[in-house]
Amino acid sequence: MRLRRPGDDSARSGRGRVSGRARGVALRAVDAAVPVVSVLAAAGIWEAVSRAGLIDERDLPAMSTTVGELWSLVQTSAFWTAFGYTVRGWAIGLGLAAALAVPIGIGLGSSPIAAAAFRVPIEFLRPIPSAALIPLLFLTLGTNLKSEVFLATFGAFWPLLVQTMYGVRDVDPVAVDTARSFGVGRAERLYRITLPGAVPYIATGVRISSTVSLILAFTAELFMGTPGLGQAVNVAQAYGLTDQLYALALATGFLGVAIHAATTAVERRLLRWHPSQRGEVRT
Amino acid sequence: MTARAYRAVKVAAELAVPLAILAAWQLWTVASDSAKFPRPTTIAVEFRRLWLFSEFGTHVAPSLERIGLGFAIAVLVGVALGVPLGLSGVARRAAMPHIEYWRAIPPPALLPISIVLLHSIGNLQKVSFIAFFCIFPVLLNTIDGVRGIEPVLLETARSYGVPPLARIRRIVLPAALPQIVAGMRNSLALAVIMMVLSEYFSSTNGVGYVLLISKNTFQLVPMWAAILLIGLLGYVLNLLFLLVERRVLAWHRGWRASVA
Repeated sequence: MRLRRPGDDSARSGRGRVSGRARGVALRAVDAAVPVVSVLAAAGIWEAVSRAGLIDERDLPAMSTTVGELWSLVQTSAFWTAFGYTVRGWAIGLGLAAALAVPIGIGLGSSPIAAAAFRVPIEFLRPIPSAALIPLLFLTLGTNLKSEVFLATFGAFWPLLVQTMYGVRDVDPVAVDTARSFGVGRAERLYRITLPGAVPYIATGVRISSTVSLILAFTAELFMGTPGLGQAVNVAQAYGLTDQLYALALATGFLGVAIHAATTAVERRLLRWHPSQRGEVRT
Repeated sequence: MTARAYRAVKVAAELAVPLAILAAWQLWTVASDSAKFPRPTTIAVEFRRLWLFSEFGTHVAPSLERIGLGFAIAVLVGVALGVPLGLSGVARRAAMPHIEYWRAIPPPALLPISIVLLHSIGNLQKVSFIAFFCIFPVLLNTIDGVRGIEPVLLETARSYGVPPLARIRRIVLPAALPQIVAGMRNSLALAVIMMVLSEYFSSTNGVGYVLLISKNTFQLVPMWAAILLIGLLGYVLNLLFLLVERRVLAWHRGWRASVA
């Protein structure tokens, strides 16, 4: 994308400015059409594979059947209640993780001794797949919101913690020293230099943790039966409602895409001032 | 504080705090004497009894096999798709909506579907499930790695008449390798999680199955031992991967050091 600016083409081809610009517009229209065509093609293939019987319709309902099922689902209040529960689990999990991980990360990031002291416990706890904790939560906290939130928080905590620690460590030491020699106090240094310096890292952490939190909220619902989309999927599977199973998975995917898009947009907005947002960003 | 005293305090803290946590855990479990929270020493004994190595072959080996197969397939597919997508802007724009969707969906949402679609709760379903979600870190990193290649390199090769396949093998893949390897490391960690999820949902053996059964039969001590095992599994796999990475990318680090 970076290479194709309007005007470039006309300069290179030596033709008139107007036709060059027209070509640029045409190119951009093609660019915009490609993803749309590709999505439509995939939907068409899905429909064809199921209708032609390549995969039995009982195993893979046609695209139109699934979308129709989703359409009737979204008109029920049960769907939106489940949807709301999943979003609630995600939001509380992410919020708690941020409330815990950012202060702890700042503490551990600004003190090498504290970082060394907790290095081993963190290195051991971090890679534990949160999914392994499900049976334990099932038997200790029970199948309720507490379990779901614990799981989502536990999973979302680690990426945010590590990002915050890196961010604090990466703050320009010259800026900190300058502020100190100008007599800026500890609290104000934290607020005016360390935090803004670490914010890009924290934002990346929030983006990663947001995905993790949603996955684990959904996982808790599916495996433990706390109310939400995950539980609805489990029920659909138990009763062999294949159409509904696919419709719910489709809806879950859209929720995932929406949450990812929202966190990315918030990150862009908060970090407008930061150089990382000037080019194309991806992780 | 002198530099040496400072270093000594750091090392002491690094040793003392984990030991203190372990000791506190032991003391707390002894004091509370709850069946739900067995003592760490009890867990350690159970761990040794189960996993070193009486049940290793029946449950750990199948899980490792699924991780290995799923991971290998994911790496092959991820690189095979990532190279053309990295080289072609049109292909990338066409593929991006699909990639964005599938990597945003919470993986367990596809667990029941994978069973319905594949008519299997055995290796076919488990390995496919693991492989499918492990593709994305490799794929996205390969795309990025390929896109980051200095265009002059590729254009020079082209103008010297190097054929496309040789260009990919000799320029594109080596240049993108460090980033591909970074993606592989994320995939491996993901593979462990996907293994647990897929085995916990429905299975007849494996580490996730042990978790499920010990939950259903209220056997807390084997459950804790299984959690410990899964934690160690992720840790050891990551460690092994780092060792291999250091060897495979030795040339890269050498080159980086000489440039810097």
